[in-house]
Amino acid sequence: MANLITVNGVTHRYDKHKVLEDVSFTIEKGSFVGLVGPNGSGKTTIIKLILGLEKLQKGSIEAFGKPIEKFHNKGHVSFVSQKANSFSRGFPATAKEVVSMGLTSKVSLLRPTTKKYEYLIFEALDRVNMMEYANHNIGDLSGGQQQRIFIARAIVNNPSLLILDEPTVGVDTENVEQFYQLLSQLNEELGITLILVSHDIGTITTHVTDLLCLNKSVHYHGNPSDFEHMTDEQRSKIYGHDMHTITHDH
Amino acid sequence: MLDAILNFEILRNTFYTGLIVGLLAPLLGTFIVVRRLSLIADGLSHVTLAGISFGLFMQKKYTLLALTPFHTGIIFSIIGAIVIENLRGVYKAFQEIAIPITLSIGVGLSVVFIAMADGINTDIYAYLFGSVAAVSRSDLYLVLFTAVFVIVVITFLYKELFALSFDEEFATVSGIRAKIIHYLFIIMTALVIAASIRIVGVLLVSALMTLPVATAMRIAKSFKQTIVYSIIFGEVAVIIGLITGYYLEIPPGGTIVITSAILLGLTLLIKKWYLAYIYKG
Ligand SMILES: Nc1ncnc2c1ncn2[C@@H]1O[C@H](COP(=O)(O)OP(=O)(O)OP(=O)(O)O)[C@@H](O)[C@H]1O
Ligand SMILES: [Mg+2]
Repeated sequence: MANLITVNGVTHRYDKHKVLEDVSFTIEKGSFVGLVGPNGSGKTTIIKLILGLEKLQKGSIEAFGKPIEKFHNKGHVSFVSQKANSFSRGFPATAKEVVSMGLTSKVSLLRPTTKKYEYLIFEALDRVNMMEYANHNIGDLSGGQQQRIFIARAIVNNPSLLILDEPTVGVDTENVEQFYQLLSQLNEELGITLILVSHDIGTITTHVTDLLCLNKSVHYHGNPSDFEHMTDEQRSKIYGHDMHTITHDH
Repeated sequence: MLDAILNFEILRNTFYTGLIVGLLAPLLGTFIVVRRLSLIADGLSHVTLAGISFGLFMQKKYTLLALTPFHTGIIFSIIGAIVIENLRGVYKAFQEIAIPITLSIGVGLSVVFIAMADGINTDIYAYLFGSVAAVSRSDLYLVLFTAVFVIVVITFLYKELFALSFDEEFATVSGIRAKIIHYLFIIMTALVIAASIRIVGVLLVSALMTLPVATAMRIAKSFKQTIVYSIIFGEVAVIIGLITGYYLEIPPGGTIVITSAILLGLTLLIKKWYLAYIYKG
């Protein structure tokens, strides 16, 4: 099974408004896919379809060889949402407690050793470099730190596929590089397949193994370096009308 | 009162029921408050009032003895819970609208049933503000059953409930059956509200579910601590409130809630002094 996800001919509407049209692509095991496209291009929508948060209308999606309607997630797929920072700030939970939520599908009715879970939680916190904040209230952390905690929560269950929807929003430019390094580590050392949603084409192309440009339909899917070598004109044709390569001037 | 509790069964029943709801109300209240649905208790308690009035009416007109107003209250409360949960699904973007809808229907029905049962009487008064002498032995058994049910469910589904309260989307993606758990939770809430009404009354049930939690949140560091402190504040308020209510001949709803409010005020003050002390030192 080389393809973790197979999307085939997916069309999606909200009311009458068509957001996705005949979208097909595959996500190969072990890859690090950058999913890019301008605002409103349907990135979050296709992610929600893959995660089963939105109901499939037309076409088919297979996850781990099973049609998405029959796929029951037992920790294979994990997710960091675009809205991760919109939880209520006053929520009385520690960083450690937030990470523990990632283990829900593992924890069975008869709860065995909590020791083992503690270990997994600290391991995940260590990976994202947030060990010393374990007992801090989640609302007291900075946006970037919270994002790291949400990544720890997403990887604590050792998923095969991790989907991140614009996780770099709220992370300052210096930390973005560090952040990509963390993702590359997850991909290379732990073998986690990654889908990273972003509209920051400039940074993303240097880190991913596959680039997927979506704007209602798939405009490009392939090697990021081929994409890099195109002229701006060719690129904007592929990317759609309002594409900007975000350049960081620092 | 301790003498009296030993000697009079009905006071004893009230005291035990008080101890049980002093635990259950803040326990469920913690989950409700963090989900920003504090007013749900108000909606449900007024639906319960409709059930109670219906029971009083039936008792009066048909001497329907098998079902007491307490029972009809529980039944209405559970129906109300299911309606609220469905409405929350319909109005996804502003779920809190489910609460005024059910609350007003509850009050409307109550007014109708109370009028049909020939107006306000002492029974209704006890249901509105609570009473120290209202719990029969069979009521106590029902409350005990509720307690066992709630504690078992929360013990086994703690992680799921916690994850759902914090971030519904992530919880759903990790395979939690959100819908079933939401229904289970709101039905437990309905049962606890019906039980609490015997002690604190319809008008003050939501206070018992939210004031101790509001106090706990000021000092707790984690979610688990919030639950534990909420329960402690809830129990202290119930015990002090029941005893003073008994001696001062005031419905315990009033004394319990005032005690809760004093605990909240003291906690805020002490925390302020403590922080001032830290900054100075
Ligand atoms: N729940 C919804 N109901 C109706 N329309 C929606 C809904 N969610 C998204 N849309 C619309 O669908 C289109 C695609 O939205 P989507 O969130 O998938 O875009 P996106 O690529 O993730 O954008 P962004 O980069 O801003 O996150 C937008 O035009 C949006 O207005
Ligand atoms: Mg999006």
